[in-house]
Amino acid sequence: MEQFASLIAASINAGTPLLLAALGLLINERAGVLNLGAEGMMLVAAIAGFAVGYTTHSPMLGFLAGALSGVLMAALFSWLALVLATNQVATGLALSIFGAGLSAFIGQRFVGLALPSQTLSIPVLKDIPFLGQALFQQHWMSYLALLLCAAIGWFIYRTRAGLILRAVGESPESAHALGYPVRLIRFAALLFGGACCGLAGAYLSLVYTPMWVEGLVSGRGWIALALTAFATWRPARVLLGALLFGGVTILQFYLQGIGVTLPSQILSMLPYVATIVVLALISRNPDWIRLNMPASLGKPFKPGAS
Amino acid sequence: MTSTIPRLEIAHIRKAYPGVLANDDINLRVAPGEIHAVLGENGAGKSTLMKIIFGTVKPDAGEIFWNGEQVHIANPHVARKLGIAMVFQHFSLFDTLTVAENIALGLASDVSMPELVTQIRQTGEKYGLELEPHRHVHTLSVGERQRVEIVRALLTNPQLLILDEPTSVLTPQAVDKLFVTLRKLAAEGCSILYISHKLDEIRALCHSATVMRNGKVTGNCDPRNETSAGLSRMMIGDELVRLQRERNPDSQRSERKLHINRLNLLKAHLFATELHNIECEVRAGEIVGIAGVSGNGQQELLAALSGEDQRAAPNMLMLAGRAAGHLAPNPRRALGLGLVPEERLGRGAVPAMTLAANMLLSHQKPPFVKRGMIDFAYARSAAAAIIERFKVKASGPDALAKSLSGGNLQKFIVGRELERKPSVFIVAQPTWGVDVGAAAQIHAEILALKKEGCAVLIISEELDELFALCDRLHVIAKGRLSPSIAIEQATREQVGLWMSGLWQQDGQEATHA
Amino acid sequence: MRDLWPWKLELRGTPSRAMTYLSPVLAIVMTMLLGALLFIALGKDPLAGLKVFLIDPFNGKRAISELLLKSVPLILCALGLAVCFRANVWNIGAEGQFTVGALFAGATLVLIDVPGHATPGSLGLVLMIIAGILGGAFWASITALLRDRFNANEILVSLMLTYVAQLLLMYAVNGPLKDPNGMNFPQSKVFSSEFMLPMLMSGTRLHIGFAVTLVLAAVMTVFMTRSLRGFSLFVGGTAPHAARYAGFSSRSALWVSLLISGSFAGLAGAFEIAGPIGQLLPSVSPGYGFAAIIVAFIGRLHPVGAVLGGLVMSLLYLGGELAQSRLGLPSAITGVFQGMLLFLLLASDTLIDYRLRRKAKV
Repeated sequence: MEQFASLIAASINAGTPLLLAALGLLINERAGVLNLGAEGMMLVAAIAGFAVGYTTHSPMLGFLAGALSGVLMAALFSWLALVLATNQVATGLALSIFGAGLSAFIGQRFVGLALPSQTLSIPVLKDIPFLGQALFQQHWMSYLALLLCAAIGWFIYRTRAGLILRAVGESPESAHALGYPVRLIRFAALLFGGACCGLAGAYLSLVYTPMWVEGLVSGRGWIALALTAFATWRPARVLLGALLFGGVTILQFYLQGIGVTLPSQILSMLPYVATIVVLALISRNPDWIRLNMPASLGKPFKPGAS
Repeated sequence: MTSTIPRLEIAHIRKAYPGVLANDDINLRVAPGEIHAVLGENGAGKSTLMKIIFGTVKPDAGEIFWNGEQVHIANPHVARKLGIAMVFQHFSLFDTLTVAENIALGLASDVSMPELVTQIRQTGEKYGLELEPHRHVHTLSVGERQRVEIVRALLTNPQLLILDEPTSVLTPQAVDKLFVTLRKLAAEGCSILYISHKLDEIRALCHSATVMRNGKVTGNCDPRNETSAGLSRMMIGDELVRLQRERNPDSQRSERKLHINRLNLLKAHLFATELHNIECEVRAGEIVGIAGVSGNGQQELLAALSGEDQRAAPNMLMLAGRAAGHLAPNPRRALGLGLVPEERLGRGAVPAMTLAANMLLSHQKPPFVKRGMIDFAYARSAAAAIIERFKVKASGPDALAKSLSGGNLQKFIVGRELERKPSVFIVAQPTWGVDVGAAAQIHAEILALKKEGCAVLIISEELDELFALCDRLHVIAKGRLSPSIAIEQATREQVGLWMSGLWQQDGQEATHA
Repeated sequence: MRDLWPWKLELRGTPSRAMTYLSPVLAIVMTMLLGALLFIALGKDPLAGLKVFLIDPFNGKRAISELLLKSVPLILCALGLAVCFRANVWNIGAEGQFTVGALFAGATLVLIDVPGHATPGSLGLVLMIIAGILGGAFWASITALLRDRFNANEILVSLMLTYVAQLLLMYAVNGPLKDPNGMNFPQSKVFSSEFMLPMLMSGTRLHIGFAVTLVLAAVMTVFMTRSLRGFSLFVGGTAPHAARYAGFSSRSALWVSLLISGSFAGLAGAFEIAGPIGQLLPSVSPGYGFAAIIVAFIGRLHPVGAVLGGLVMSLLYLGGELAQSRLGLPSAITGVFQGMLLFLLLASDTLIDYRLRRKAKV
């Protein structure tokens, strides 16, 4: 029982960066922009967050640095994809490759250094048997992520701004014809997404494994992208999915702990294989995709071209 | 009424795009409560002018006066605040959102949803534009979607309503209903700008007309006092030539080249139309037409005919006597099929490729391709021959497809298909978006095909075209095909009724809209 | 606020052919300029930095042979990726296909290269190369299958498979393929020289794989520019409806392009094992599969461009290594340059479809 509670707690811990990144990507994609640079943004944010957090001894500043670097990377992407109307897929890949290189470059000085780990236990609640350990002894960023999830859900479905966002993602041409500043809205969405991915990256280097190694993110940015699709671009489902994938990520340690004798590398494949399986399952029905996916996702919008 | 301040006045408006002067010194005046037509063929500059009025596009020069005062319409929000509303030809709707949400997006102020729903219902009742506010737009028919656009416009309490080619998606009966709505609006003091190239409608509805050609105003008149011939002369500088259609006396006994044999097809995707029991035959030397408002299964039928959709049972389609329902496009071409699709750029031709390369879309046998290798020199010469024979205005076979005008590209595509001397020729929307000269040429080519004994099937939304060319006519509605009727016995009213699905098939149920 | 910037982008009537070829050159030049700025920011002499990247790799026969050698995996992968991207199939998993190709090739040699074996060297070499090609093709076919049957996005699938492939390799060299006499290091035995690729330039590491690469580039040029199959892939990539109208099957386009791409990447992997690496290690690629994406773009998705682009990228790799040894900079600087290059390429590609115009004074 105790082990199960710690499993849940560990899943939340592992799922938090996925949740943060996927929420940011959700806003991006609701506006119709596909930012494949999530991995690169998370990498740069991870090293920026770690570097600042380590040198200033302030995790708070580290998170801020992470968010800021995410915003800057997103701004770079925006200039290319929105102003110059470049191919979103290629631009996103460029961002990821650049982010990988930049983070490895900056990070070479910080390899192997570590930070003290930190959690925020909610008083009183943390002492509830089972639930206390499972849910209420997380880092404060996890609780923030949860709040963010609720806030985004409210924003998308209950505000006019959220309606406009959905409209832009569904048909930027129609939104433009009605007079909405499509590119500005997408720009704002991208910056927000960048900030979220930045927080996610910083979380990895400041909290999850509070140290820096190259390849720290190891594909979580890509998994977050899959997660957004898996959750049909709805915040509540993103939360569920992040938790599940967080669970899958740590499942390998759990299995080793209970004596499953698969080689560790095979167990490490679990999150990636799970992502592939989920992708295959949810993509099977093209009608379902059409109804749920923002129709303009990934296509460049060129106002004045017609 | 004549000495009142005009609701809208346009003076010396000019707008140029790279390579074309869309609006050249345009002047226009619309009085309060007036229904004013802007008449011109495709490419005359009407849409650009409307976009300027609505604020989507900024003019290079000229002034706009609203109720006597000069205004600068910087964007659609400003236009809406002034009281200008526009219903575009291509709808600005969001498929996965509801009717109410779509309408909310078109309104400037923040009305609460329950309040808006009430307003939608009230307006719908008042003007005969009934809508269910919580339906998702993708479930609506094209005519219903237009209603959403119009209601959205009306809820802004406009003083000027602009309608861009509103009747291309309506049956004749629905057109009449729309006109009743518009007259009511005009009587209440709302001015209406009605953009169209359909002369009969303009004469029936409008109080005054401004005629445009090649970006300039070529005339002003009261269409109620003009004949169609007179209007057409102002519009294109000449009268529309009436083609001579001859009935081929042997057509009933000639060979049956195309037989659509009780074609049933499920939806290929969510927004598609199912096809039920489509039955149609075309014999050598005759032209058969399929009329219908867009969205009733034409696209699905065409895909089944071309081979892009191979799900039909083999016997559901007989080409030159052979079962072909399951065949891919190229085996059908081998059986003598030539097909011109509805979309020129993106389906009939690849925009970024040269005309020579585009030959290969429907020519993949020797001498174009030998042992898997393309002979580009031959493709180039074949393209050049088509350009010459069909008088396609292009810089040569190496011109990119997207650099051609609509009419010229259509001529090229038609020529490309005719080059194979098909025994069955199927064409969808042959003259959509095509200038009058090219349209006449294409019609002449189709008639020539008939003389040579080809079996021709035309799928079109333009009744005028079908009445001019066809020997027999079907109507497609909601995925079902009416029986055919000889063109001499067909009337617009009857065709209009059939477009709503109201035909009697012996013993079978009559569907209704 | 927009008027602070005096230029605006104006759509050209037809895309500029000149810019299509100039754009990569422009991007490379700008990368070098930004690189110089980067050197200054790091406190290094910019000219020394540029010299390390642009001059030193050409310094002498040995240097040039290394340049050509490193270009082999880059060009090979890029040749395959060019086909894929033209068909609008976004295969991002070349790195994984490369890895599995290397794995299969190495595993074949582990099986053959036992003391007292009777396999002639050339046969063993051929077998392992075939194994490598099959391995890469197999890995790519997983992506093709999932896209074909389940409509799963090939970008994410092929990327996930890359991570799986790398873990697979690590598992293999830690377990079943580990050298029993290797002091428990995670690596396979060093393969006997009879199974290695013959050298093209004696006294260097440049093997005949380079010649094979050039031949394949020529073959692909004919394939893409003259064959109906290549034409059909291109049509499918730019105008899928037109491709259907023409009777080109999008399914076969998917499979053909991924199988070609996977095979080429697998071949590149086999060449690395039978060439400079000579054994199986936990990591057999410093990101060739990803760098090849950039190479394909620089090369305008054309085989000849892939060759030129591969040489440029090889230059960046060598520059990075030399920068580490001669300037004391982290070797990861290569990744920074690669990313910058792709960004600048995408940015300057805009000038193909648009031109810069001074804004009219309102």
